[in-house]
Amino acid sequence: MNKFLAVPRLKTDNESIETTTSENQSQVERKIEKLFESFCSKAQCDPEAPVLYKQNHINYIKNHMFTLPENYECLDSSRPWLCYWLCQSLALLNCNLSILEKSNVVSFLSKCQHESGGFCGGPNQMPHLAPTYAAVCALCLIGTEEAYAVINRENLYTFLVSLRLPNGSFRMHKHGECDVRAVYCSATVARLTNIYTDVLFESSAQWVIRCQTYEGGFGGVPGVEAHGGYTFCGFSALLLLKSIHMCDTKSLLRWVANKQMSFEGGFQGRTNKLVDGCYSFWQAAIFPVISELLESENQRPMWSMYDYQALQEYVLICCQNRYSGGLIDKPGKPPDVYHTCYVLSGLSIAQHAVDNSSCVVGKPENILNKNNPIYNIEETSLQKALQYFSMTKPINYF
Amino acid sequence: MDDQNQEHKSDGSDFSDEADTLNYVLYRDRPEWKDVQPIAQDDGPAQVVQIAYSNKFSDVFDYFRAVLKSGEKSVRVLGLVTDALTLNPANYTVWIYRLEIVKHLKVDLHNELEYISNVIREFTKNYQVWQYRKTIVEMLNDPSGELEFTADILDMDSKNYHAWQYRQWVLTAFSKLMENELNFVDNLISQDMRNNSAWNQRYFVVNNSDPNNDVINKELEYTFGKIQILSKNESAWNYLRGLLLYSENGIFEDKVREFCSKLYNKGNRSTHLMSCLIDLTDADESTNPENVEKIKFALKLCSDLASVYDPIRRFYWEYISKDIELKFNFREHDTKIM
Repeated sequence: MNKFLAVPRLKTDNESIETTTSENQSQVERKIEKLFESFCSKAQCDPEAPVLYKQNHINYIKNHMFTLPENYECLDSSRPWLCYWLCQSLALLNCNLSILEKSNVVSFLSKCQHESGGFCGGPNQMPHLAPTYAAVCALCLIGTEEAYAVINRENLYTFLVSLRLPNGSFRMHKHGECDVRAVYCSATVARLTNIYTDVLFESSAQWVIRCQTYEGGFGGVPGVEAHGGYTFCGFSALLLLKSIHMCDTKSLLRWVANKQMSFEGGFQGRTNKLVDGCYSFWQAAIFPVISELLESENQRPMWSMYDYQALQEYVLICCQNRYSGGLIDKPGKPPDVYHTCYVLSGLSIAQHAVDNSSCVVGKPENILNKNNPIYNIEETSLQKALQYFSMTKPINYF
Repeated sequence: MDDQNQEHKSDGSDFSDEADTLNYVLYRDRPEWKDVQPIAQDDGPAQVVQIAYSNKFSDVFDYFRAVLKSGEKSVRVLGLVTDALTLNPANYTVWIYRLEIVKHLKVDLHNELEYISNVIREFTKNYQVWQYRKTIVEMLNDPSGELEFTADILDMDSKNYHAWQYRQWVLTAFSKLMENELNFVDNLISQDMRNNSAWNQRYFVVNNSDPNNDVINKELEYTFGKIQILSKNESAWNYLRGLLLYSENGIFEDKVREFCSKLYNKGNRSTHLMSCLIDLTDADESTNPENVEKIKFALKLCSDLASVYDPIRRFYWEYISKDIELKFNFREHDTKIM
C-alpha cells in the first residue's frame, strides 16, 4: 500500500459546461495525473521517494549566483531580488557561501544602495522599494557584520518618508505605483533595521485593510481581485503594523484554504486560476500565522489547517527539475530563480507545519531549515539580524 | 509578485531578430553620438548576479547612463530611451527619465499615448508600463479611449490583473464611464462563468453604485441563476457571500438559506453549497431549541466534506466543526440526551 497520495485527489468537475477556465484546468490535471501515476509506480520499489534533489538545486543556485544567461536581461532592474532569491534558497538548503562569496554579494549590494537612501534595481539606477526589501533581506540572510553595516538606516528612513502618501499608503518609487506591496516592503525593512516609527505608518493599516476583498483575500489596491501575492503582503503588513485585529480572519482563512487545489495539492493564486509552485509560499505562509493568532486568542488547541502533505507532494513530484536543478511553476515550465526561492520557501513552511513532530514527506533528509512566514527569511538568519539591529543606535528622526 | 516572474518568462527573448540585427547600428558606431562618452555599469570588483548582456543591451545602457548623468533631454535621447525600454520595459529608471524628457520637450501626449499602447500590447504584465499610461492619461485628462483599450487587452487575457486594476482606476477617476460597465462584465461572465476577475469587477461596480436592497436583491437573483447552471463555480459562490455583506439585520440570509436548502435537498453536493450552508448556521446566533438540529446538520456537513466531498481540506473542516461545537457549547453527549 502506497502511503503517498493516500487522501483521495478529486478532479475538477466541469458540470458538462466547458469554458476557457475549465479547459485550462483539465489540461493541467491530466499532466499532473500522469506524473502522480508514474511516481506511484516508481515509489513502490523506492522507499526513499519522493526525494528533494538538494545537491542539484544547490548547483543550480550557485551557477546563477555569479552569472546569469541573457534571458535575465528583463530582470536587470531587479538584481537585488536575484541576490535575495538565491541567498534565501541557499539558507533554507543549509548551504553556506564562502566568506569571500559573502563579501562579494555584500559589495555588490552596497553598489546598489542609493546615496539618498534605499536600494536600486542595479548600480546607477534610482531607488525603489522592491529592491530595497530584497537587498535588506539578502543582507540579513548573509548575516555578517559587514553585511548589516551596509545599510544606511538614516537614509533608508528618509527614503521611506519620501514615498509615504497622506492616506498611509506608499509608492514603490518616485512617480511610481502605489499598492499593498509598498506598505509590506516598507514595514518589513523598517522592522528589520529597527527604524520603525508610528508616525511613518500612521493610518497605513487602515489603508491596507481596504484591500481585503469580499472573497477574503487581499488585492493590490482597494477594489481589485484577491490574489495570493498581495494577500501575503496585506496580511503580513497588518501583523508588522500590529493591527491584525482589523483583519477578517475568518473569511481570509476560508479563501486561502480554498486556494489549495483538490487534485494537484499545490495552491492557485486566485479563484479559478491554475496551480503555481510559487504560491506554495505566498498562500501557505498564511496558515501558521493564523493558527498562532487563534491559539493566542486561547480559542482551542490548534493544528495545521491545510493539507501540508499534499503540498509537499506537489512540490516534490511536480516542481523539481531534476537534471538542471531548480524549481518550477508547474510541469512543463523551465526553472528560474524566482520559483526556486518561493517553491523552497513554501516547502519549508509545509515541512514545519506541525511543531515537534515530523511532517516531512519523503526521506527525512528532505528537510529544509525553518522559514519565517512573515519576513520570508530563514529563521536563524532572521533572529540573528533582529538581534543585531535591536542593539543599534537609534537614528535621528526628523 | 508572481507577475514579476511572468515578465521574466514572456519578456525575455525575441529582440535579436535577424533582420533587425542586420540594420541596427550600435550607438558607439553612430557619428551623431560621438560627443557622448558612454558609462559602463559599475558592479564593483565582484562578479555577482551578472547578466550576460547582449552587445546591443550593454551599448544602449552605457549611453543611457551617460545621458542620465549629463541630464541631456533631447530628441535623440528620446530615441535612446525608446531603445532602452524595448530591451527592458521593466527598467523604472528609464521610464522616470522618459517622462522628464517628454515634459521637457513638450512632446504631443497623444503620440506618447499611442507609443505606450504599443508597448503594453507587447508587454501586458508589467507594472511600469501601466503606471506610465496612467501618468500620461492624467496629464491629458482624457480617458475617452481607455475602456476600449483595456477591453482589447482583456480580450487577449480576460484575467490580466494589471489591466483590471488599471480599468478600475479609470472608472474611479472618471466616474461617468461607469454606466456601461455592468454590461461589459456581464458579457465576460457569459463567455466564461468561471472568470473570477469578471465577478470581482461586478462587485466593484455594485459597490460603487448605490447598493440599496433592490440592487442587492437583483444581484442575488442573478447569482442564483448562474449557480443553477454551474453549482461548483467558486467565483459565483464567493460573490454570493459578498452580497451578504450588504445584508442588514439578516434580511437576505433567509433567501439565500432557502435557495441553498432547495439545492441541497435536490441532491446537490457542491462543496461551496455545503460550505455556505455551514456558514449560514454559524452566523445564526439565536438559541432556540430548533437550533440543535441545525447545529447537528452543520456538523454533519463538515464531516461529509472532510471525508467525502472535500478531503484536501479535511483539517480545515475539522477546525470549522470544532469551532461550531465550541461556539454553541455543543458536545456530542448533548445529542444523546436529546
